[in-house]
Amino acid sequence: MAASCSGNSALLHKCVQLKSMCNIHQSSGVFMRRIWTSRSKCQLQPKLQSKRAPQMVGVVALEIHAQIHATSKLFSSSRVGFSAPPNSHVSFFDASLPGTLPVLNRRCVEAAVMTGLALNCRINTKSLFDRKHYFYADLPAGYQITQQRVPIAVNGSLSFSYLGGKKRSETMTKSVRVRQIQLEQDSGKSLHDDQRSRTLIDLNRAGVGLMEVVMEPDMCCGEEAAAAVRELQLILQTLGTCQGNMAEGQLRVDANVSVHHPGEPLGVRAEVKNINSARFVARAIDYEIQRQIEVLESGGTVLNETRAFDSKTGTTVSMRDKEGLQDYRFMPEPNLPPLFVYESVATVPDGVDPAHVVVIDRLKAQLPELPGAKRTRLMEEYGILPEHSFTLVSEDGLMDFFERVVQKTKMEPRKLIGWVMKELMGNLNQRNLKVTQSPVSPEALAQLLNLLESGFISSSAAKVVFQEMWKAPEKRVEHLVKELDLGLISDQEELVKICQRVMDAHPDLVQVIRGGNKKVLNKLMGAVQKESKGRADPVHLRNILEEMTS
Amino acid sequence: MFHSAFLRFNLMCPAGHLLRSTAFTNTVQERRITTCSLRWLNLAASLRPSHPRCVLAELPTHGASHWGRRARWCRWMSSSQSGSISKVPQFPTWEPVAERQLPPPTKVSVDLVDKLERLALVDFGSQEGVECLEKAIRFADQLHVVETEGVEPMDSVLEDRTLYLREDTVTEGNCAEELLRLSRSTEEEYFVAPPGNIPLPKREERTAMLKHSEL
Repeated sequence: MAASCSGNSALLHKCVQLKSMCNIHQSSGVFMRRIWTSRSKCQLQPKLQSKRAPQMVGVVALEIHAQIHATSKLFSSSRVGFSAPPNSHVSFFDASLPGTLPVLNRRCVEAAVMTGLALNCRINTKSLFDRKHYFYADLPAGYQITQQRVPIAVNGSLSFSYLGGKKRSETMTKSVRVRQIQLEQDSGKSLHDDQRSRTLIDLNRAGVGLMEVVMEPDMCCGEEAAAAVRELQLILQTLGTCQGNMAEGQLRVDANVSVHHPGEPLGVRAEVKNINSARFVARAIDYEIQRQIEVLESGGTVLNETRAFDSKTGTTVSMRDKEGLQDYRFMPEPNLPPLFVYESVATVPDGVDPAHVVVIDRLKAQLPELPGAKRTRLMEEYGILPEHSFTLVSEDGLMDFFERVVQKTKMEPRKLIGWVMKELMGNLNQRNLKVTQSPVSPEALAQLLNLLESGFISSSAAKVVFQEMWKAPEKRVEHLVKELDLGLISDQEELVKICQRVMDAHPDLVQVIRGGNKKVLNKLMGAVQKESKGRADPVHLRNILEEMTS
Repeated sequence: MFHSAFLRFNLMCPAGHLLRSTAFTNTVQERRITTCSLRWLNLAASLRPSHPRCVLAELPTHGASHWGRRARWCRWMSSSQSGSISKVPQFPTWEPVAERQLPPPTKVSVDLVDKLERLALVDFGSQEGVECLEKAIRFADQLHVVETEGVEPMDSVLEDRTLYLREDTVTEGNCAEELLRLSRSTEEEYFVAPPGNIPLPKREERTAMLKHSEL
């Protein structure tokens, strides 16, 4: 109850913020209507396909496993590392040799608490560990240590905005309830050798700390779910609690999908596993919703089953691994007493060193600015468009780059953003580089924009210089301008000479202008700019040409 | 480690109070009781509810042949002997629970045994094993007599202790060679296992297989 209230208020808050910034471009009324259309859009989708029957809608809940970014594993002191030689990061505990015992990693607890705080969760100051039993070769103990009964964080919410609609330019806002965040062990990896009918086991991943984020069924379509995954990914990356690389399995998504008529009880759900990118999250869920609607409309029933997403065909297929309901035989983990975290240093009991325990207040103070807050601040502070704020926050290091340029130049942020989005990102994408690898520093870009702003070079010349800066990042901007001879022609006589040359070359145009058609003057101006390599100040040039053609 | 193991013994084994009573004594006779009752636990078939005294009668015959195991057991126990003040009662006390106070005995059906065997990948082996399980359940039925009104359930006697949290540093691992040596089958640096999720053979097939494996 408390959680849903806080979730709603967060949503409301966000709406108010978004509205205030959108006023710059459009009336708030338009904005509100947009929110409405965005809400109903997902629900309308299935109706388009089946006009006869009352419309069915999809219901989606996500379970997301996030690998905790730590040096060592959850319960053992062996290294966490991707693509290491097989079984090189395995301790006796990870291999579950008899007599070994779990020793909890403080960093993993802190990561889970920070993530819980960022997702507006209530942190349980006392949480418990349980054993979940199942047999698989990459789980040598025969059970996974997890938090089933009392997880570390509960009752949170994830608010996210995303660009949707036909042109992907409408801002959609949504809040999803987070049921819980639990700490648990990752399993090892199995490599199936079908030809020789055997499985190769690598236990490097066995025992790595995971945070399982369990969300309530508050989403209605793939696009929404994908946006939630992206936002969570960004939050985790901002916190540094998970690196969020889906291709390397650091973030793994399972989607519980069902369909029903609005207002009726939820339908039977199927679980879609093996989704390893945000794009596939959307495709897998939309496919599954459509499949279930079709099954029901043709008189069939949806099975409670596990399905795998095949990214090649874009379909989900039954994994047929559950014969009857699984019984995990949950039991309290006997080797781990309850996990206590403390609200503040003052609540740490006597005889316990506050430096060796997890204190919520201390972690709260360390929380960085989260993506949602960043976007709002960028839009309010610099008056930029929502879509630009998304790119700035989503691209690692881009916001920092942008803000450094803003600090160093007199150019207005709203004008400057185009340079960052078009020229900088365009070049980076072309060369497949990250922002942090950009050969052009924010300072260099700021210098260039200052030259442009002060009227020393024209906009088209600045673009030429910018390209040169990529080729020769070691050269100073002023040198490049001089070297390329791109500075604006301040010499009146030289400018007149060029104009004269151009007019001599185009007597027909001059004739037309003199005949009274002043629009043709632009053609003449273009010709002069071509001749002068864009080095003529347009306003000045127009004055000269007007004078000369009159 | 010690405490939680102790707790489980107390909860799960019928001779729990026997173990506890012997942990703080030193006579040879008593040690034999400890050894014997441990062994007795392993042989689940001989589980006997609510008559701990009868173990004593069997003692001399079993005790001698398990002397080596006793030594290890005593070492394990010695840590708690060193403290002079113990919260554990020095002498066991118990009251016999009358049969009529207990709920009706639980019968374990063949299907349930089959399910349990599948879930835990264990083999009860025989009708004798099933009877043993039923006896163990019967023994645990005595817990129903305990008045637990208003008592919060515990799952550890260390509930109020702080769980030790270690620093996030690497001090283990890098022992692939040692670990792989333990495996029956390896390929390069991988463990080799059968292909995933092979369905378990049916009950009858399993019995046949077990007969073969015993040869």
